[in-house]
Amino acid sequence: MTHRKITLRINGRPYAGLVEPRKTLADFIREDCGLTGTHLGCEHGVCGACTILMDGQAVRSCLLFAVQAVDAELMTVEALADGDRLHPIQQAYRDHHALQCGFCTPGFLLTTLAFLRDTPRPTDREIREALAGNLCRCTGYHNIVKAVAAAAAALASAPRPDLWPPAAPAPRGGEGGTTPPARGRGS
Amino acid sequence: MKPAPFEYFAPESLEHAVDLLHTHGDGAKVLAGGQSLVPLMNMRLARPAAVVDINRIPGLAYIADGAETIRIGALTRLRAAETSGVVAARCPLLRDALRLVGHVQIRNRGTVGGSVAHADPAAELTAVLALLDGRVVVEGRRGTRVIPAADLFVTYLTTSLEADEVLTEVQFPAVPPGAGWSWLEVARRYGDFALAGAGVVLRVAGGAIAEARIGLTGLGPVPVRARAAERLLAGRAASEALWAEAAAAVRDTVEPDGDIHATAEYRRHVAGVVVQRALREAIGRAGDAPRP
Repeated sequence: MTHRKITLRINGRPYAGLVEPRKTLADFIREDCGLTGTHLGCEHGVCGACTILMDGQAVRSCLLFAVQAVDAELMTVEALADGDRLHPIQQAYRDHHALQCGFCTPGFLLTTLAFLRDTPRPTDREIREALAGNLCRCTGYHNIVKAVAAAAAALASAPRPDLWPPAAPAPRGGEGGTTPPARGRGS
Repeated sequence: MKPAPFEYFAPESLEHAVDLLHTHGDGAKVLAGGQSLVPLMNMRLARPAAVVDINRIPGLAYIADGAETIRIGALTRLRAAETSGVVAARCPLLRDALRLVGHVQIRNRGTVGGSVAHADPAAELTAVLALLDGRVVVEGRRGTRVIPAADLFVTYLTTSLEADEVLTEVQFPAVPPGAGWSWLEVARRYGDFALAGAGVVLRVAGGAIAEARIGLTGLGPVPVRARAAERLLAGRAASEALWAEAAAAVRDTVEPDGDIHATAEYRRHVAGVVVQRALREAIGRAGDAPRP
């Protein structure tokens, strides 16, 4: 099996590795980069535990191959806290008892981060819809919804650009773009 | 839960992608967003010998507003289409359907072309395409083909694309100005596959329904048009009694499968319910009111 050399950035630091094409990005992050904060629950895109940010967007790292993330900028749960000081989203989860075993929490936190960046003043319904792609098997969801609402309020009252992920880099192949190629085709 | 080994290719041109598919034949799979393919590979329900990742091919992500049709490049992320001003203004039916495709993490990565090419019988975009009589553009060694929705979906997870063809563009006809629309699903949880889903477009003229289009998802091996219900609605004035008639016609025609989530009989019942609700919502939106 041919291995491929890949390089990418995680939490602002460069990482390189030699991987089989079938290695998922989640496994690369955990096994090759040693960042075990990203958890794997179902490994088929249902549970959301492996949610990370790739180029600023929340994605399932179990549904990407590491070879697809060449040159990507990733953010994982390890980047949230500043040393011993919790990120306001983490603090809100703690304050509202939004985790028990904590297995699902990294995915919830990254989902929450991208959601509150895009929706700073969410309604209760919006919060529930935003969290629908993450499963929690012990705390249940009421306290997580409360934590997200509290985090939104905390972040809105004290705007801190340093608490958000870096802006997404310029679109690469397959992203964004609203101009079709000139192929002389009728619509 | 780890995929079987495969050979990985990341061509940077469509021509190269087509060549690779030709060389590897049925053993190759196109990887676009991977939100359907990778789960199947992780569970080893799919074991392609070669994976052709088309994400490095430039020029396949765009949303173009044509005269009557919105052209969406195959690699356009579902989330980009969902938040597009063009899609909201010209085809709000599509926007509403996109909001129910998986979860936001899935839509950030999944693509419009991939969702159509995967042809899941419970998908949203396939039913919207069938409902609007849209088309797809495919590229192969014999050149470019345009395939109408009616000729695209063959059966579960199967389209009429050849093994060495790549879907490059999806063309969604706009919802005509003044027409009402609705997309509704019944699912156990927000973002889950629908037990049954229905899309409706109603064109109204002179106090009567001039044209009705109804597309159904989750109710058969391919997206279904509710032709009998469409015919009985045409020329009639909107009323609750008429919606009930249409729902009965839908229940008479659909052939849903039962599974662990719901029995066939329950899906048949829900099909009528979602159609009735969608008709009610669509008629409320028909007219000249600006689109939300």
